[in-house]
Amino acid sequence: MIYSLCLLLILVGLYGVVSSGQTLRIVISLAIVSHGIHLLLLLIGYREGGKSPIQDAGEAASSFAAASVDPIPQALVLTSIVISLGVTALMVALCIRLYERYGTFDVTEIRRLRG
Amino acid sequence: MRPEVHTLIPLFIALPLTVAVLIQLLARRRAALAGGLATLTLAALMLMSLATIGQTAGGEVIYNMGGWKTPIGIDLRMDSLTTLLVVTINTIGLAVVLYALDYMRQFTARPRFYSLFLLMITGMNGVVMTGDLFNLYVFLEISAIASYSLVAFGCEQEELEASFKYIVLGSVSSALILIALALMYGVTGALNMAQVSGRVAAEGMDAPLLLAFGLFVCGFAFKAALVPFHAWLPDAHPAAPAPVSAMLSGVLIKAIGIYVLARLIFNVFGAGPAVLSLLCWLGLLSMVVGGLMALGQQDIKRMFAYSSISQVGFIVLGLGLATPLGLVGALFHLVNHSMFKSLLFLNSGAIEYCTGTRRLEKLGGLNRVMPVTGATSLVGAMSISGIPPFNGFWSKLIIIVACVQAGRYGFALMAVVISVVTLAYQLKVQRSAFFSALPDALRDVKREPRMMALSMILLAVGCVALSFAVLTGFSDPWLVGDAGAVLSSGTFGGQP
Amino acid sequence: MLPESYPGMGTFLKTVIRWMKGPILLFGIYIILYGHVAPGGGFGGGVVIASAFVLMTLAYGEPYTLEFFSRDQALTLACLGLLIFVGLAWAGTWAGSGVFFDNLTAGAGGHRDHLFLTALEIGSGLFVSGALFMGFSVLMGHHEEDEE
Repeated sequence: MIYSLCLLLILVGLYGVVSSGQTLRIVISLAIVSHGIHLLLLLIGYREGGKSPIQDAGEAASSFAAASVDPIPQALVLTSIVISLGVTALMVALCIRLYERYGTFDVTEIRRLRG
Repeated sequence: MRPEVHTLIPLFIALPLTVAVLIQLLARRRAALAGGLATLTLAALMLMSLATIGQTAGGEVIYNMGGWKTPIGIDLRMDSLTTLLVVTINTIGLAVVLYALDYMRQFTARPRFYSLFLLMITGMNGVVMTGDLFNLYVFLEISAIASYSLVAFGCEQEELEASFKYIVLGSVSSALILIALALMYGVTGALNMAQVSGRVAAEGMDAPLLLAFGLFVCGFAFKAALVPFHAWLPDAHPAAPAPVSAMLSGVLIKAIGIYVLARLIFNVFGAGPAVLSLLCWLGLLSMVVGGLMALGQQDIKRMFAYSSISQVGFIVLGLGLATPLGLVGALFHLVNHSMFKSLLFLNSGAIEYCTGTRRLEKLGGLNRVMPVTGATSLVGAMSISGIPPFNGFWSKLIIIVACVQAGRYGFALMAVVISVVTLAYQLKVQRSAFFSALPDALRDVKREPRMMALSMILLAVGCVALSFAVLTGFSDPWLVGDAGAVLSSGTFGGQP
Repeated sequence: MLPESYPGMGTFLKTVIRWMKGPILLFGIYIILYGHVAPGGGFGGGVVIASAFVLMTLAYGEPYTLEFFSRDQALTLACLGLLIFVGLAWAGTWAGSGVFFDNLTAGAGGHRDHLFLTALEIGSGLFVSGALFMGFSVLMGHHEEDEE
């Protein structure tokens, strides 16, 4: 059930990408999409009533594995956040340079390539 | 004395990454040193990739990172398909970086180009060598980010616009791939390719896994520029500087697009008839749309970009047939297309470097003033059109024969028709740009610089040499036959 | 030049950030060093360190921050961080059991167990902080930059 809310967030972001009239809004919509995906990943690793995946000293491995939430999606999300940071920085730099060249953020006017 | 594959495997990723960083540390202002370091690195990589040939025949070499055993750790796996792609990526990378030594003189900030180029090579090597799906996503993003920056390298209006379109569509497709990864991990609890395929083979594909598979196919079809998802390619590839176009069109869409599709469909998820039929139709659509759109172009690089879409359609058609001959034809065409499409893009770059224009209506008679470009582009044009005895002829023939053998006569007929269309637009380029009269404006055009000429000649020689690959057998060309066998051997089935 | 005489935001903000720079940097270093047992590590710590420089840029303006820590120095720092990371990974190939990324000091007893991981985190933290600072300063200073 909660996964469908994540999916809703992703779809809102995708709608934003498709219908944005300005380049910066496209960047923000893509950020929303990535937030939705990270949320989806984290929730997949959740376990009802689980504890954080740090093993106390002296705790047996099997009981720790049975009680903690899954740490792998957390690692995946960390990596993915850093990747999308790089891509977002690159996109924003492109938006700035596009503004310098075309004088506008409007997507319908940044259209010299066609055919 | 040949170094063992085991020590070479992590070097393919570590070496270009380290040198990319070293260039920024040591050669930030000295472009010649940066170029020299990049060329040496790629020469080393190419020799290493040649050293891995034949060491993986009949099996695979698995390299566990950090010594952790497979379910816990990430592994790098090297089998014959990987070998084929590694050799292709690094050889064409070497030719392109030689070309770039001269071509990039018209740009500033050249050391950054070489660093980004090496990062792109790191990413591509990592994608074809990894055995873990999330690791694949990470390397995919490394090479994609490097390529987004490289497309925008000249910072002119058109390059920025093309790069923006490319980056938005690339991010959407990466998002789809990440959603698919999340779903797949949620259902199977594993990220390693072998484990996922074991789980799929044991328990079949339930709905979330099917959705994940569909999203994977969509995401990687974007990366490979198959037709409903191709909209970024005709803008991004022409706008990029010529060496970057050559790498993108020749290697990137294949390493991160087609290779991953083939791995996922054949080795991980299992190739059901619905998926294969979808591949065949997507391939046909790409062939037709790419070929027809290419006919109407006046800009050389845009025509070659549409031609890439068309040839990728051939490759995917061969993959979709799934017969051993079809797979061999597809992989052989993949290697051939890397060779001649890079050559054609480097030619168009040489034309632009020397004459300052890419429009066919302004060019003419270049054979007289740029003989090396003229000769090599003739070789490239004949290869891509499938004229014997060049390499394109063999790979297209294998695909057409495979179509006929599989009983798909309609596809075979369309493949022949599109080959003729390919010949048509290549002849158009040859006639308009090279063989016609030399206009006055171009009368004192200088010849192309030495490094550019050298690298174009190397690629042309490669085109001719690859046609000898069929000497080891029509259905089993050198290196390609083994790679095809990997794909047709079915899913990994659970053993790492 | 005294910090107060640079253009930028108001005196209140400048004073607060002048006091907060040190603790923020210290906090970032703490997150990096404890990354192997507590949440954090190289990425998070690097971001916190870079945020200290971002705050300085916001309060004092580009020129002051660039005097403090120029873009070239940031790029060198980032490259060194990445080289430390990759170099330690290569070191496993020579000194350890010959496998990439081998954890060289595992099982050495006491605090030396974590030395390798901490070194990796430090390399990663240097890289992230240098790269983020460079990215931010390029984006901020863009309208003043002349064309390259």
